[in-house]
Amino acid sequence: MARYLLRRLAFLAVSLALASVVLFVLLRMLPGDPANALTAVGASPEQIAAARHSIGSDRPLPEQFTHWIGQLASGDLGTSFVSSLPVGPEVTARLDVTVPLTLAAFVLAVLVAVPAGFVAAYKRHSWYGALLSGVSQLGIAIPVFWLGMILIAVFALNAGWLPSGGFPQDGWADPAEAFRALVLPVVTIALVMSASLIRYVRSATLDVLGSDYLRTARALGSSFGRAMWRHGLRNGAVPVISVLGIELASTLLGAVVVESVYALPGLGSLLATGIAQHDYPVIQGVLFVSTLAVLVIGFVADLVQRIIDPRLRGRLSGGAR
Amino acid sequence: MSTKKNVLYGTASAAALALTLTACGGSGGSSASGGTWDKDAVVNIGSLYEPQNLDNTAGGGQGVTEALNGNVYEGLFGLADDGKVDKLLAQDYETSADGLTYTFTLRDGVKFHSGKELTSQDVKYSLEKVLADDSQSARKSNLEVVKDIATPDARTVKITLSKKSISFVYNLSYVWIINSQAKELKTTEDGTGPYTLNKWTRGSALSLNRFAGYWGDAAANKQVVFHYYKDATALNNALLTNAVDVVTSEQSPDALEQFKSNGNYKVNDGDSTTKLLLAFNDKAKPFTDVKVRQAVSAAIDDKKLLESVWGGYGKQIGSMVPPTDPWYEDLTDVDAHDVTKAKKLLTEAGYAKGFSFTLDTPNYDPHPTAATFIKSQLAKVGITVKINTITPDEWYTKVYKNHDFTATLQEHVNDRDLVWYGNPDFYWGYDNPQVSKWVEQAEEASSTAEQTELLKEVNRKTAEDAASDWLYLYPQIVVANNKLSGYPLNGLNSQFFAYDIKKTG
Repeated sequence: MARYLLRRLAFLAVSLALASVVLFVLLRMLPGDPANALTAVGASPEQIAAARHSIGSDRPLPEQFTHWIGQLASGDLGTSFVSSLPVGPEVTARLDVTVPLTLAAFVLAVLVAVPAGFVAAYKRHSWYGALLSGVSQLGIAIPVFWLGMILIAVFALNAGWLPSGGFPQDGWADPAEAFRALVLPVVTIALVMSASLIRYVRSATLDVLGSDYLRTARALGSSFGRAMWRHGLRNGAVPVISVLGIELASTLLGAVVVESVYALPGLGSLLATGIAQHDYPVIQGVLFVSTLAVLVIGFVADLVQRIIDPRLRGRLSGGAR
Repeated sequence: MSTKKNVLYGTASAAALALTLTACGGSGGSSASGGTWDKDAVVNIGSLYEPQNLDNTAGGGQGVTEALNGNVYEGLFGLADDGKVDKLLAQDYETSADGLTYTFTLRDGVKFHSGKELTSQDVKYSLEKVLADDSQSARKSNLEVVKDIATPDARTVKITLSKKSISFVYNLSYVWIINSQAKELKTTEDGTGPYTLNKWTRGSALSLNRFAGYWGDAAANKQVVFHYYKDATALNNALLTNAVDVVTSEQSPDALEQFKSNGNYKVNDGDSTTKLLLAFNDKAKPFTDVKVRQAVSAAIDDKKLLESVWGGYGKQIGSMVPPTDPWYEDLTDVDAHDVTKAKKLLTEAGYAKGFSFTLDTPNYDPHPTAATFIKSQLAKVGITVKINTITPDEWYTKVYKNHDFTATLQEHVNDRDLVWYGNPDFYWGYDNPQVSKWVEQAEEASSTAEQTELLKEVNRKTAEDAASDWLYLYPQIVVANNKLSGYPLNGLNSQFFAYDIKKTG
């Protein structure tokens, strides 16, 4: 296991390094000049050159890259071209919104989807099992922003129960206020996320229900509940966990839409602003942090799967055991 | 994206715009004036323009002007709603006979938020900050006539210019007077205005508290909070749910119906300085020919365009000059919509069968709509328009910097920006030596009356030459809750004086 962990960590480090190269190069290939955002209409060529020089975008790419990596190594995400403010604290502040938003939505989605998916499979011939399947199908087709707008119209504009958007200026200083601000966004993400999760849980459950080991366990006198608990859950969980990892990662990256609909000052909206302004340090900072998060999520999902399913341990570590 | 480009354009303009229309420090919305208002109210303002940072010489953008100008920072002069320049931190000033030396006396008893007293050193420091090499101030080039700044005593500033500049005092209204010892101006402030900065949470909000030591009348509310939105719908929802009391600038007429039909809100229709232009490249065929430009201008029904984009809002405009500029004249009759005339002009110019050209169109509203409209209008006189949609960035490089275009659409946000027609190197390439001379003479005029007269000549001449086709003047729409009064109505894209806002209940 220790060897496996080491290998996974090394893999994570290499992935991160590769991702940062790709990220850096791709950004530079985008059309547009960051100096445009810094100079006024009527700026002379000298002023534009001076703007490029001040942000260092006139230096050779390899030099810019090593500079960025050097800063990263010392934990510094650099300085925004546009605002001349450090990117690190900005990203950290935005995580205060994005992390609770994503995690709460994730937990809620799992709490809804696992039982619902199980019921949809186990009671697939009953009307409510079929209804659950149908609703989840529908849920997958609904765009996040549309659902967000509907929820705002119903719960904020009409009922007036919850704010339509925004986040308290003092952040979590008043947790109740911050919580209220996140209710609708969390529900929006959770609904969309659970729709696809239900389908995965349902098919994993169907696999388990039709499996030989479950039939064997029952033949040996186990009750259905006990057989499911001892054998079914574990086996069903393995594929679901990898999907959970992917869902969590994509929610983190996809928060930009929800953050825009609900005017939340999160990582996604920071990224959107950065892209609009060719603010490379901001874009790089956000994407680097998100890449790291996605890799870590993948790593954790993998680890959990191995803990649940002993067969994977041997396989993934190259059959050494 | 669109606001970004606005900001960029604006930056030129930015400051400029800014004060421009300002105004209204006092006159604002009227509805609540009768009732009793709460002196310690918190006013929530919704805006689409978040500052990049808090320093207007370091790329703070349009948002920093909106939030801090006049509220937190003050200039020697301020600009009123009617375009007049008012004394603010300058108590008085004298101009030397040759028009090159200005001697300003500072108002007494003005304190910075840090408690330090305002001195002539601070004025010198602030002006030098605008003129510094790394300054990104939009007014830098206008103020480069400053040759020397002397401070004979703590309350006197003597500025010598390299040549006469009638707009100097006006341009000074864009210069924030900052404590010369202040640090970290990108995230903090030290101004003399009626509010101090309470807190700025990037991506979210900026709050200002009433400054107890203010030299003038105290603000009519205890705190204002600017809430920032990226999405206009989210902003309107915030207004509908009372999360904000007023929206500084509505950008879409579609959103207005829900407020017009609701008795709790007032929709205010003010004058902006933003013009939508069909800018010809006057150096590229066929627009080198004045008759072609006139023909195109006459072929397009601006009124119908304005109606389709803005409904009942906005104004038709016959030149680059908005009503708030001192040299405004109604020139909408020059090249008014007349298809027959357009066809005649085209025949005279040798294009009886029409021609085709490419219209470089920024990809954000209202340009695509306007481009399609223009295309259908020009088709009626035999002109074929090829619409080439580009990003703001491409516009800036291709059109603005490289002059690589035949015609383009763009909004120009500045006040007093008629003078660009005096610069033959500007992107649209209008080159008339007489106009350039008038513009130059106007700047060196000895009186504003003389300046105004000369710029009126420029105004008429450029309109007659159809230097560009000025499609319409954007409306400036402020929507507010009825509990509010005293908010500014005009020119809000860049400036929003909050100190006279009164809130009831």
